[in-house]
Amino acid sequence: MTALLALEDVHYRWPGQDAPCLEIARLQVAADEQVFIHGASGSGKSTLLNLLAGVLVPQRGRVEALGQPLSQLTAAARDRFRVDHVGLIFQQFNLIPYLSVLDNVLLPCRFSARRRQRALESAASLHEAAGALLAHLDLAPEMWRRNATRLSVGQQQRVAAARALIGRPEIVIADEPTSALDAARQDAFLDLLRRECAAARAALLFVSHDQRLAAHFSRRLDMAELNRAAGATS
Amino acid sequence: MNHLLPLALKSAWNRRYTLSLTLIAIALSVTLLLGIERLRQDARAGFAQAISGTDLVVGARSSPVQLMLYAVFRLGEATQNLGWDSVQALAAHPAVAWTIPLSLGDSHRGYPVLGTTPAYFKHFRHGDKQALRLAQGKPFAGLFETVLGAEAAQRLGYRLGDRITLAHGLGDSGLTEHGDKPFTVVGILARTGTPVDRTVHIGLEAMEAIHLDWQGGAPLRGLTIPPELVRKFDLTPKAVTAVLVGLKTRTGVFAMQRYLSNYRGEPLMAVLPGVALSQLWDMLTVAEHALLAISALVVAVSFAGLVAVVLAGLGERRRELAILRANGARPRDLFTLLALEGSAITLAGAVTGALLLTALTAALGPWVEAHYGLALRTALPSPEELQLLAWVVGVGTLASLLPGYRAYRLSLADGLTPRV
Ligand SMILES: Nc1ncnc2c1ncn2[C@@H]1O[C@H](COP(=O)(O)OP(=O)(O)OP(=O)(O)O)[C@@H](O)[C@H]1O
Ligand SMILES: [Mg+2]
Repeated sequence: MTALLALEDVHYRWPGQDAPCLEIARLQVAADEQVFIHGASGSGKSTLLNLLAGVLVPQRGRVEALGQPLSQLTAAARDRFRVDHVGLIFQQFNLIPYLSVLDNVLLPCRFSARRRQRALESAASLHEAAGALLAHLDLAPEMWRRNATRLSVGQQQRVAAARALIGRPEIVIADEPTSALDAARQDAFLDLLRRECAAARAALLFVSHDQRLAAHFSRRLDMAELNRAAGATS
Repeated sequence: MNHLLPLALKSAWNRRYTLSLTLIAIALSVTLLLGIERLRQDARAGFAQAISGTDLVVGARSSPVQLMLYAVFRLGEATQNLGWDSVQALAAHPAVAWTIPLSLGDSHRGYPVLGTTPAYFKHFRHGDKQALRLAQGKPFAGLFETVLGAEAAQRLGYRLGDRITLAHGLGDSGLTEHGDKPFTVVGILARTGTPVDRTVHIGLEAMEAIHLDWQGGAPLRGLTIPPELVRKFDLTPKAVTAVLVGLKTRTGVFAMQRYLSNYRGEPLMAVLPGVALSQLWDMLTVAEHALLAISALVVAVSFAGLVAVVLAGLGERRRELAILRANGARPRDLFTLLALEGSAITLAGAVTGALLLTALTAALGPWVEAHYGLALRTALPSPEELQLLAWVVGVGTLASLLPGYRAYRLSLADGLTPRV
């Protein structure tokens, strides 16, 4: 079986820098897999996720996702691929302040017909699909119409998770989504996220420098081992 | 595009205070631009309406523009006159229907005094061939009687029966008065919106009478002729400044013009008022263009404001743009989003500005007409104004491409995580 994600001999150097920041010989992630990626600050975790999401293109090597050579697509095609197949959660500031919780969750369905269509497979309407996800993530209906800024940080992260999952993308990428939460909230959020990714049959790539969270995952990747670039600081 | 519109609207609503300030700035500058353009057109129309129905203006040979300046606008001092025998010959010419002799040179408290004949009230036309109308009283009949233009009467507060004295020469002060021969106001003309409103009208004989005891611009020493005695003198004028001529048929106008330029008695000149007026107007176009250029600059400044506001807002919106991009918006969508916003504000500003101008002219039109004799139109935008509006919207849209392009570049550089 071909891997969901595959990196082959990838070199990435940020523009204006002499040394590459990322050198990865080989990395494969299977469908449904949940991977924990950890490493020190500046070790290239975010850079790696940007390569996997098709935002950045390596100077050398191949990035393949769902059998498509991501690194050879045009910028427009990579944008299309990302909204169709990838859900993203960041450390903070995930939500658009002037949109309601529901509108924030439905954002990918605005831009991707595929996400819209897949969301409607399991629900009668887009609102119902978003509502189901929000309910699963423990967000009460009275919050749904509220402005996104009027939620706690933990609630905002759960809204971001619902948005990453709507329309069942094959890949969910989370870049330190729990670092703004306290320990108890971190565990609860992580459990919810893992459960929902499994339910949606999405692969989860979870980045954190917090080793404590590694226990939740069966597969762990250490950037120190994965990234062979001399330029990577650690 | 369709999926961007609700986003653009919600985003704009979120920043409604800044955006409405920008909109107001654009609306005001558009009002100014259109207002100046309209004033210009209305002034030009008013200018062309100063005289109508007159086929030729005849004077001593000088420059046509100068002749128009004193014959129509009562400005400046005529240096040369034409003799009374020429005037009589002209009046007797078979092609001529009527003549209005005009004699200038005196003034009353800054307002020009015009010596003329009753034919003036009968034949003079302005605007759309409108005759002069007396608001009060009657035309002058007696020797020391005067008829005032509407503005002169109103500004100086004169009523029928008031007695006024005229001054020798033009200007406001330092003039010698014809103090011994006062005039009685017997008529006040209705407002015309032309230089007639500023004119003090007296008979040609009266003009002659007040200068009997004068010579070379100064009173004769030791000789004064009291008003009771002037009738004993011959009051036939010796010369006048200009003559307005109406022909029996307009077709003869060029033949008449040629006849007058070759006139045997003295060097004469005959000009077609329409042609000379547009020449005169062309001399004023420099000022006119400067005014328009200034208002265009004001519009440019308000667009610079628009671009600055949107660009400055972009710093704060960088996060918003990165989130949109992470959730499927392409850089080109973000470009559209910002360009859409800028052009929508420009369009709204232009429309608001045009409406504001309409409201202003409707509200202030009567006042401006009463005080400045300038008739403002409260009409729909003319083709010229629409063209100006189209320019404004076009330039505004172009200006908003700049923030759009900046958003595009930022979203490419930032990727999914905004670097603020
Ligand atoms: N936009 C950029 N331009 C240039 N260099 C960059 C840029 N972003 C990151 N880098 C460099 O790339 C290297 C890796 O950065 P990256 O953001 O991937 O680290 P990280 O592992 O995610 O760190 P953190 O845990 O602090 O988020 C760093 O040395 C950084 O200086
Ligand atoms: Mg990072």
